[in-house]
Amino acid sequence: MSETDSGDEPKGYGQSEEEDQSVLFGIDFRNDKYMLLTLLVGVFALYLIGGVVIGLPFRGLMNQLGQLSFWIAVFAMSALALNLHWGYTGLFNIGIVGFMATGVYITGVLSKPVFGSGTSAAEVGGFGLPLLVGIVGGMAAAAILGLIAALPALRLRADYLAIVTIALSEIVRFSLLSDTLSSADVAGYKVGLGGGDGVILDYGDPLEVFVRTASVPFDLVFGQSGWLWEEVYLGVLVEAVGSAIPNNPKPVVDNFAYAFVLLLVLGGFYVLITRIGSSPFGRVLKAVREDEDVTNALGKNTNVFKIKSFMVGCALMGLIGILWFGTQGSVTPNTFRPRITFYVWIALIIGGSGSNTGSVMGGAIFAAFLFQGPRYFKNIVETVLGNPEAPSSFGQAMAPLSGGDIFPMLLYTLDSIRQLQLFLMGVVLIWLMHRRPDGLLGHRKESASSIPLTRPTKKAATDGGEDQ
Amino acid sequence: MSDAEPSDATDSETDSGGVTVPDADADVELDAVSESADMVDVPLKVRDLRKTFGGITAVDNAGFEIKKGSMTGLIGPNGAGKSTTFNCITGTYTPDSGVVEFNGEDITGLEPYEVAERGLVRTFQIARELSEMTVLENMMVAPMHQRGEALWRSVFARNDVNKQEEEILERAWETLEFFDIEHLANEYAGNLSGGQRKLLEMARALLTDPDMLLLDEPFAGVNPTLEERLLEHIHELRNQGYTFLIVEHDMDLIMENCEKVIVMHQGRILTEGTPEDVRNNEDVIEAYLGGEV
Repeated sequence: MSETDSGDEPKGYGQSEEEDQSVLFGIDFRNDKYMLLTLLVGVFALYLIGGVVIGLPFRGLMNQLGQLSFWIAVFAMSALALNLHWGYTGLFNIGIVGFMATGVYITGVLSKPVFGSGTSAAEVGGFGLPLLVGIVGGMAAAAILGLIAALPALRLRADYLAIVTIALSEIVRFSLLSDTLSSADVAGYKVGLGGGDGVILDYGDPLEVFVRTASVPFDLVFGQSGWLWEEVYLGVLVEAVGSAIPNNPKPVVDNFAYAFVLLLVLGGFYVLITRIGSSPFGRVLKAVREDEDVTNALGKNTNVFKIKSFMVGCALMGLIGILWFGTQGSVTPNTFRPRITFYVWIALIIGGSGSNTGSVMGGAIFAAFLFQGPRYFKNIVETVLGNPEAPSSFGQAMAPLSGGDIFPMLLYTLDSIRQLQLFLMGVVLIWLMHRRPDGLLGHRKESASSIPLTRPTKKAATDGGEDQ
Repeated sequence: MSDAEPSDATDSETDSGGVTVPDADADVELDAVSESADMVDVPLKVRDLRKTFGGITAVDNAGFEIKKGSMTGLIGPNGAGKSTTFNCITGTYTPDSGVVEFNGEDITGLEPYEVAERGLVRTFQIARELSEMTVLENMMVAPMHQRGEALWRSVFARNDVNKQEEEILERAWETLEFFDIEHLANEYAGNLSGGQRKLLEMARALLTDPDMLLLDEPFAGVNPTLEERLLEHIHELRNQGYTFLIVEHDMDLIMENCEKVIVMHQGRILTEGTPEDVRNNEDVIEAYLGGEV
């Protein structure tokens, strides 16, 4: 009887643990999606208010918001991909950045223009393939790298995968730095990884490529190549914004448009990973996470499931690498230090591994408050104070303290906020481990089935779970 | 007391019309295997099985046969090699030598999942539930060869997947009802009590549509009431045609419920036969019972 009292909770889960956070301001906080939405709105409002209060120029404010969206999207995507590995399958991947680097570098090599008269002698060329082909190639390369990492490590216990992946990500970085691989002739093309100088990603503005690709059906109708880009984007959108920002509005719009593209991709990620999670495939992944031997004894070839999950996650990480670093004009190997991997882990831990909504939330919180937040805060405070000169050394900051003047010390602290950020992340992590080891939404209540797990109607007489 | 069994069994068979739970041919496509299974009277044959760990010979030329539809107990004192034999059969260990044959097929040294795919499914000594999944999700992992286990289908062919999911869900519910734990369906498996976990584990194994179930100490740490219930379920399932091999510590339990008993001692098969035979066997009394009976 009592098992059917889940009528108001679609999935029939919902144990007592979250009773304390109830309905606030008409928003049901027991629903993860509302919580996420509230958070996002709140974050943007906070940034907006902060900007308005200090009188940030409109252009600067818009840039801040565009950037914020970019970081939220990037970290949310990364956390989702990691959630597939760790939250679903229990694969301890601490080599995320290596897969990102592989993605963006391979894309660069595939899509850079062919070496020719326009390129300086020191530079390398590429294969000149369309950017979309390059992106697919980059994702495939990341997936294959994942396979190479997984094959030996999956036979061993879970923690070995961690060692293998972090080593692999460093191997990737050192390979990118290597002189030997920096330039070579492949089938008559002068290509390479560029060594320590990195690679110039001169394959055109990705945003433009995306919009022009999306424009294909419109082109057929209007008989103009790149209609969406030329007419709608440049002609309408940028023009319209130009009335608010008269001076060179395009970069501001670009910023927003690219963030928008990323948010679309994020939506795609969310759908993909939620579908994977709520399916028999994902159910086996979760079973592997819980107890691999049992899953094996139930007739599932767990290694195949693990490898598939790992490769999909790695391909997604490759894509994130491309979308994140591929717009910056060039990449250098030392960007891809393990630090980025740990950022993603922090995001996932905050949100709660095993929950997709939680992953997105963790990514958003990390991006807004730990990653971008302190820098923005510094910006705001400095503007309010009229951009005072900060002491250049610790000694100079400390000396006035004896006279009771703490102002230089504060300025110095503010000036070192990039370093202190890491400290802040550590504190948050420790606090979380103490107070909420499962993260904000780490209750793992997202259903592992593609259909609602209510009692089949044929059998149940008193079924209340018919609300879907 | 042992002749109370059959009558009891037929009893439950007649009134169990509505509870034919593990409806073997319902949805999952491994009929090819189970068809050939019907023709084999002795599904499981073990010959000259041998497994050593360093200098210790855990299983020493063990061999036995299990008849279809029977319930066989494998007993022996601690360290007799029961669990190792069990693990060699189910693929957890690879035997050093010897042959394990199931339904006429040599399955020696196959991976555990390959053994399970062939219809020989085990449970674990300590019930191992998938704790952060609900009871129902635990159950739904089990059916073999689900269409939605293909990654692309789980993403792109949801309707196809959903159709089978509904069948699986229904079977899962029915099996839970059979074991009287359907009220726990949406509870996390980690929150169950020890006995409930044992029930869940057996229910889950059933959903794989096995021909034969290997139960590793199913009654360890189970209170008498639940033990009674578990036994009822096992008998009922046996009457539906499942074959059981049970490793157990509790001698009396095996003697009362199995028609055949295999006794292991120091890695060898000491004797096998009906409970009566075994009970009166001098060697068994010597080695296992210490002359008590």
